[in-house]
Formats: sequence, C-alpha cells, structure tokens
Amino acid sequence: MCANKRLVDPAAWLLALLFPTLLILADAHAAAEIERGINEYADTSQSHLKSPDDPPAGVRVSSSTADHAEFKELQGPFSSGPEVTKACLGCHNEAGHQFMKGIHWTWEYQHPVTGQTLGKKHLVNNFCTNARGNEGMCAQCHAGYGWKDDSFDFSDQGNVDCLVCHDATGSYYRTPNSQGNAACSVMFEGKQPIDWAKVAQSVALPDRSNCGTCHFYGGGGDGVKHGDMDSSLKHPDKTLDVHMDAQGLNFSCTECHQGEGHQWSGSRYNMDAKDSEGTGKPGQRRQVATCESCHGDTPHPGNSLKAVKLNGHTDRVACQTCHIPTFARGGVATKTDWDWRTAGKLKDGEGFKLKEYTQGNGEHRATYKSIKGDFKYGENLKPSYAWFDGVMNYTTIDTKFDPQAGPVKINSFNGAYDNPASRIWPFKQMHTTQPYDKGNNTLVYMHLWGDDPDSFWGNYDFGRAIKVGMERNGKPYSGEHGFIDTVSYWPITHMVAPKEQALACAECHAKEGRLSELNGFYMPGRDGFGWLDIVGYMAVIGALLLALGHGVVRIVMCKKRVTEHCRDGE
Amino acid sequence: MAKREKHAVTIYTRYERFWHWSQALLIFVLAFTGFGLHGTHDLLPFSQAVMLHTFAAIALILLWIFTTFWNFTTGNWRQFLPNTKGLFAVIRYYAWGILFGEDHPHKKTLRRKQNALQGLAYLTFMVLIGPALWLTGIIYLLYDLWNEIPGAADGLFVVAFLHTAAAFLMVTFVIIHIYMTTTGKTPLHYIKTMISGVERVELTEVERAYLAEEHPERLKE
Repeated sequence: MCANKRLVDPAAWLLALLFPTLLILADAHAAAEIERGINEYADTSQSHLKSPDDPPAGVRVSSSTADHAEFKELQGPFSSGPEVTKACLGCHNEAGHQFMKGIHWTWEYQHPVTGQTLGKKHLVNNFCTNARGNEGMCAQCHAGYGWKDDSFDFSDQGNVDCLVCHDATGSYYRTPNSQGNAACSVMFEGKQPIDWAKVAQSVALPDRSNCGTCHFYGGGGDGVKHGDMDSSLKHPDKTLDVHMDAQGLNFSCTECHQGEGHQWSGSRYNMDAKDSEGTGKPGQRRQVATCESCHGDTPHPGNSLKAVKLNGHTDRVACQTCHIPTFARGGVATKTDWDWRTAGKLKDGEGFKLKEYTQGNGEHRATYKSIKGDFKYGENLKPSYAWFDGVMNYTTIDTKFDPQAGPVKINSFNGAYDNPASRIWPFKQMHTTQPYDKGNNTLVYMHLWGDDPDSFWGNYDFGRAIKVGMERNGKPYSGEHGFIDTVSYWPITHMVAPKEQALACAECHAKEGRLSELNGFYMPGRDGFGWLDIVGYMAVIGALLLALGHGVVRIVMCKKRVTEHCRDGE
Repeated sequence: MAKREKHAVTIYTRYERFWHWSQALLIFVLAFTGFGLHGTHDLLPFSQAVMLHTFAAIALILLWIFTTFWNFTTGNWRQFLPNTKGLFAVIRYYAWGILFGEDHPHKKTLRRKQNALQGLAYLTFMVLIGPALWLTGIIYLLYDLWNEIPGAADGLFVVAFLHTAAAFLMVTFVIIHIYMTTTGKTPLHYIKTMISGVERVELTEVERAYLAEEHPERLKE
C-alpha cells in the first residue's frame, strides 16, 4: 500500500545524493531501522497470498457438489469486484440478503444485554482509535466495495465483497477505498493485477487465510490487536494450535465459529463465557463457538481422580485459561503499549518509523511511527486473568468518564467468584495513552485518513484532526484535547496448546501464581488463613521447643547420674 | 487385692500394631502432602500432592472405619474411656518426677495399658482431631457435588479453615507423641514395644492363668 523501505528505493538514494548532508547519512547509518514514509501496511498486503505448500483448506471444500470453474456465468470477462459479486448473486440469490444482516457488513451490533450500540461503525478503541470517519482506509476490512464516507449504500447487495472471504487462490486483494495523504500515496507497488475470472472460478469455503486477511491484522498490523490471532496461524504447527495445526486437524475458522446463513458465532462483544449446554443432543449443531460445544463440559476423559479433579474446574475456569499458557507464541509480536503523545515527530520534514523490535520470526517491527507514536510489543505473553460473564460494556464516544479515576476502560466486563455465570478467563491487556476531549471528558474520533489538510496522517495536528473528526460525525467537542491512559481487554481464545503444555496446577495454586490478583474466594495453595496459620505454626514450633527443652534437661539429669534414662539396652 | 507378678506379655496385638504403624505412615504422608498443598513447602508438584493426599486420606478413613469396628467388637474401646484418676500424678511425673528418676505413677496392666494423660490424649485424637479432619476432608473432597449451592465458595473457605486448624493440631499431637516415646526405661523402649507388642506388665494370677490357657503365645515368660 503506502511506500515502504524508501532507503532501498533508488529515488531515495538520488535524493540523498542531492542533499549531501553527512548528517542525513550518519543518521541513517546509526539507526539502520529508520524508514522514511509513514505506512506500515505494505508487509501485510502479501499476507493472504497462498504459498505452494499450503495444505488443502479443509475436508469440507473437497466434498462440494459443484465445480465453479465449469459455470458459464463465471467465465467472465470481469473487470471489477462488483461484477463478480453480480455473477455470484445470480445463482446465490439469498446470499447477499443474508450477508447484509451480519456484522461484517453492518459494522454495527446492538448488544442484547447492555443495549449499547457497538461495532466498528461506532466504537473508539485504543489502537488507531476510530474507524468512524476513516473508512477510506479502515473499510478495507469491510466486506463490501467502496465505503469511504456516509454516502455508502448499505442496502445495495451489489456492493458485497464475496471474494475476500471465498477466494481460494490467494491472489485476491483489496486496496483502500479512498486516497490518503500524499505521504501514503504509493500503494500496491508492483502488485499483480487480479485475474478476476480465475478468482471467481476458484471460490470455496473460507479458510484461515481468508478470515486472517483482516482478523490477523487488526489494529494496523500483524498480530497487533488480539495477540492470539496473527499470520502465524496460517500455517501453525501443533504446538501453536492443536486445532489449526496445518499438518494435523487443519481447522478453518468456521469449524469452531459455527454459523448459518452468513451469520457466525463467537463475537467477543457478547461471549458465551460459560457454556453449560455442552455438545447438545446427538446430531445437534449448535451455533456457538465454545470449546464445550464439541468437548462437552467434562472434557478430561477417564475416571481417574485427576480427570475428576480437572473436570471439577470447568464450571469456574474457562478451558482457555489452562490450555493457552501464553499468547503471541507464533513468532509474531503483539502490541501491548501505545503512546499517541509522541506522534508527529519528523525527520527533515518527513514522517518516519523506527523498527527497533525484532520478533520471533525475524521480522522487525516499528517501535515508533510519526503517524501513531511509540509502541511496545510482547511475545509469549502470560495473559491476565479475570472473572468474566461474557457481557462486554464499552466506553463509547458518548460515555463521560472521570479522568482522575485511573485508566479509562475501553471495555469492561462483569463477573465475580459468586456469580455462577462467570468463569476465570485469560485476557490480553492493551495499554494506551490516547487523545480525549478535556472539556467534555469523552473519547474522541480523530480524522486520520484523507487526502485533505485536516487529516492527522499528513498534518500531524491532533487539535485539527479531533475537531474535524468530531464535527463530521456530529459529536460535541469542547475544542480542547488532552491525553488519557486507557486499557482494553481482549479475551484470549486461540493458540490452544497441546494438552501436555496445559498449565500445571501450581501455575495458579501457588502464593504468587497466575491468579494471585483475584480476590474474595479461597483457593488451595494460593491462600493461607492469616492468624490461624500463625497460631498453627506457633503451636508446632512450641511443641518442638517443648520437646527439645524437656529432652535436654533429661539428658543433663542423666549425665549427672540423677536418672538412668539415657542408657540404652535393658 | 490379687497378687501381681511382672511378666513379659504381648500387650499390643498384631492388629493394634498394624493399625498404629499404618496410621502413622498415612498421617505422615497426609501431613507432608497437605502442608504442601497449603503452601507451607514446595517439595512436591501440586498435582502429585493432590493425588497422594486424596488416596492416603481414603486409605486412612478405611483404616479408621475398620479399627472402630475392631475396637468395639474386641472391647478394646474401654482402654480409651476417659479416666481422670491419677491424671495429675502423671502430669506431675512428666513435668518433674521424670527428671529426678522417680518411678512412673502408672503401672501398666492388661486392663489399662495407657496412663490417664495418654488415654485422654488418644481420646482427643480419636473423637476430636481425627473426625474433624476426615469430616471436613470428605466435604472438601466432594466440593464438586455442592459447589453450585449459593455461597459454596465461602463454604469452602470454612471447610478448608477447619481442616487446616485440625491439621495443625494433628501435627502438634504427633510431635509430642513422638517425643513421649523416648520417655520409657530407655529412649527406644516404647518404640520397641510398639513394634514387638511385648511389654513387661503386672499380671494378676487370674490374668496369667487365662493367658496360659487361652493365649499361650502372648505369654512370653
């Protein structure tokens, strides 16, 4: 997408020669990982390409009763995505209507419990903060064609992008729906044009690469957002994920994210934190993404005491808590901290990035970007743990908060040891310092993307980007912004390790174990009994001292020949 | 009063000794694993400690059920009847007399193998500490059967608290008990008795005649 690796670009060398300041060269030499230009997406655009050693997408594909390559409707010629969509809908005449009801299309979700209106169309997160108003860039991950502003027609099924999910060639790709700033203007350099007919004839059920095109790259890069979803899951080995193991079960996403009629289970907005229905009745297909829907609620087999004890945990501890010992284990790092305050530094009037983190697979990750600020990364991270009942509450653009009351929780959840609907779940925590409306004490929409003088990715002016972002979306803005610490919680549920690597008991049943932060309930091995322990140990020590003292006196009296107890042998 | 003579007699039958030593072993295992689970030490992986603790507990409960049956059918239970007669003499002996070579105020007989203090201690062990441990232990072990009752987590705290309190009492008891075994004629005398079962006790003529007739193998000399 945007220009990348300008240092190796011959034009950049020419430029450097034209300005033969030693400083520039010295600078570039000292920090070899500094790259001019502000875009980070170029590396991800290759992400969904298939490689020759890709295993088949899954058994369900090969059992299809139709070979799309034979259909005359798909012989083309096609010159654009919507043309292909039209051909698809010619036969699959319900698909568009089905799809348009779903969150992948609406980007909007009405939470049935909290009543909050959620979805990317509305929410503020603590990564790039808001898709709202930046659809020209962000809606690359909207499964439709052409959403760049409010004029997008959500009722036109001709705009549905069938291929992003169903392309099985790996050669299909999407580009931003609108031009960004000049600094981001060099997009998809050297990319092969899409062979529309071939792509249209090669459709199949989605595999991990299809879903991964967006879900592995949320937050603006590989693994950035979730920590348990990144490009390493395209070809994972068994150690990384037992179910997606490319040489083993090779599950596609929809094996677990069961769905019907283009609606899928398993949104984190409203999770099934404790599935007590289990596998359901024989043959029943449950539209849930829970472990229990396949493994049942007594998943540890056998009648051994160990199995009984482990199964005794399933009502209070999510499977993920023990079976995902760490996340971001595939060699791809996830972001853990983000500081927007430092965004906007320039080198010679140009944005740049610093790549000072090298992740497990050898790739270098940006630790600073002019367009975004400073980041920290982590790999093989231990999750944090909390009681979770599945219901997520969000700090939305309309929520007023107290800036003094500690980090603003982008999302929070209910759950407690005495709430039977909740279980202990693993989470990734994302910590960010991001702009907020200092006068109204709300989060803000920023105008980041656009080929106009107001967009932050171009002018690096927070005040202007926020003012325009709020105004254009009809939100009140006091005119004064500050920065506030925020935290978001990401339930960890992928990268399920082989059972041999599940957590040992003492990971939690220990004084300084993984659950040492959870309060209010007794856990063996973790909790003592305060004064009882003191009294108890004193009693034991007292008894030992008493025996010792008494024994010494007896020995002394015996040595003095007052008594004869010390002589053995009768 | 009938004439008494000292004889070497098997005062602890084979079952009593089996009971004692298997109980000793199980209590040691339970205390070691139990305090491992409590977090006192870290010498055993938690999962192994749970397994050992649970199986040892089940074994001990079975042993106690069988021993209770044995105690009542053999009449041995009478040995544990509380008896304060001579209690203070025994306490005074251990606190003072023993240091100056006084004789033990209690004379072991077949009818009363234990002195008053000993009897009281064992009674406490059998009706208080032991039951407190196995009762709370069984409730603890069966947590998964009652964990859906509202307040179960708080209930577990109470159960675990009582279990731990009783465990501290048990360990204290065992320490004193082991030390007391050194207070015999020689430091190892009582241990040897508990292994062989044989002790020199005063027998009435009737007892001697009974043993000679019915249990000649118990009468060693």
